[in-house]
Amino acid sequence: MTAQDLDALYQEIILDHYKNPHNKGLREPHEAEVHHVNPTCGDEVTLRVHLTGEPGAETVADVSYDAVGCSISQASASVLTDLVIGRPVDEAMEIHESFLTLMQGKGTVEPDEDVLEDGIAFAGVAKFPARVKCALLSWMAWKDATARVIEEKA
Amino acid sequence: MEGLLPQLEVVRKDFPILERTLAGGVPLVYLDSANTSQKPQCVIDAMVDHLERHNANVARAMHQLGAEASAAFEDGRDRVASFIGAPSRDEVIFTKNASEALNLVAHTLAWATGDLAVGEGDRVVTTEMEHHSNIVPWQLLTQRTGATLAWFGLTDDYRLDLSNIDELIDERTKVVTLTWVSNMLGTVNPVAAIARRAHEVGALVVVDASQAAPQIPIDLAAMDEAERPDLMVFTGHKVVGPTGIGVLWGRREVLDQLPPFLGGGEMIETVRMERSTYAGIPHKFEAGTPPIAEAVGLGAAVDYLAGLGMEAVHAHERTITAYALDGLATVPGLKVLGPLDVAERGGAISFELDGVHPHDVAQVLDSRGVAVRAGHHCAKPAHARYGVQSTTRMSSYLYTTPSEIDALVEALEYTRSYFKLG
Repeated sequence: MTAQDLDALYQEIILDHYKNPHNKGLREPHEAEVHHVNPTCGDEVTLRVHLTGEPGAETVADVSYDAVGCSISQASASVLTDLVIGRPVDEAMEIHESFLTLMQGKGTVEPDEDVLEDGIAFAGVAKFPARVKCALLSWMAWKDATARVIEEKA
Repeated sequence: MEGLLPQLEVVRKDFPILERTLAGGVPLVYLDSANTSQKPQCVIDAMVDHLERHNANVARAMHQLGAEASAAFEDGRDRVASFIGAPSRDEVIFTKNASEALNLVAHTLAWATGDLAVGEGDRVVTTEMEHHSNIVPWQLLTQRTGATLAWFGLTDDYRLDLSNIDELIDERTKVVTLTWVSNMLGTVNPVAAIARRAHEVGALVVVDASQAAPQIPIDLAAMDEAERPDLMVFTGHKVVGPTGIGVLWGRREVLDQLPPFLGGGEMIETVRMERSTYAGIPHKFEAGTPPIAEAVGLGAAVDYLAGLGMEAVHAHERTITAYALDGLATVPGLKVLGPLDVAERGGAISFELDGVHPHDVAQVLDSRGVAVRAGHHCAKPAHARYGVQSTTRMSSYLYTTPSEIDALVEALEYTRSYFKLG
């Protein structure tokens, strides 16, 4: 990869979130806690989800996490929490879908800033297959935890 | 620089890949040889020549090509036997890799009867600095047999903690397995002293030489029997050979006593529907068509190393490692996890760079053409012991030059500035 590729990968936004992660730390209350690991590189995240509201119309009241990993995985967790906290679960799931599409697009998907906000900075990561799983670690953990809460409530 | 391989630039020309450039036109600085080594032209040529001119299955074809292929395959075994000073060439078993060789031993011990049997109340001892491939097979063995798995811990200065050796290795201990050279810390372990203690209590000694065989001259026949491993494994691709082939060396009495591992063609003496009898070693442990072209390539590889002289390769490795340790010491915030004395270590150097995660270090280094490994290097327990999740690892080999180490150090400085550290 070239120096230009490197800059495409490490957008300022990513480095900012890495240095000053948002919503980091494990908090109460929570209805589900999951632990996801990337076995190839050893990155780990413990993530908690707190949902409020009636079944079928829940809102993401809080997402808290503790994680060890590279700048991409750390920044991605930070961006995730910014995007989903305070939103209805349905809407948050759509954002999740949109981020997943971006990350799996091998660099061909044009991200929608209105939907993904700081998440568009990860467009460059999608060109590096080895790093896509870093960016998705916390997102997959969040989806898993959220699904568990909803399942238990149902 | 004293200690480097003579005519290093000529030696480098033997490795065609070292001449390639990467994206953006940067030259390759390959510092990932503990992961896999690069291949000299003679190894590539030997394999191509075999496939172009001599290809046939071994030990079953009656035609001329079959005879040539069989001779080439067995010649590979002879060369490997000579490379490690094996007392007998029949004690050299070809496997898929070092992991398979370790699994072969751990699995067949689970099925063994008599002296070698491992059962309830017995103990298997490994160490906290092993590659996962020298931990997991023994977990499987002890879980299946009801034996206990115990291990040597590590000291704060990155060595095996031998303070409780007499408790760990006692009459209940059936197997002691350890790496000769750590793939993460670089530590060279006192194999002879541990083997001596293990043999006093009648335990088998298994040595993972995956990182040792590329760097350290090995002469099994010259070792004092009390200090010699009973079984030793290494992999082809780290000794400038191809992937897909590994080596298990074992003392004949042990190999004869172990039951077969995989059943199939070539490992039998005769087969009836009710039961079969088995071939002698080495074929007893080589079921199915073996990695033939790979054995030819591995033979050429160990011949190449012998041609350079393993003493000279070892001296080169130490010289480069010392130079690298000096260079790394100049990078602010960099901490090496492993012994700093080259006399006590191999060529893999793992380190942390304060403020930058190893994956990010590796990614930035890659943009400068410097190839290193980042992660847990399949040694999660050793990382956990020192409270780190992952490290960056540079590993040199016989083709590494001091200027490549300079390029690494410069790229690490660039990494620090990229992540805006001081």
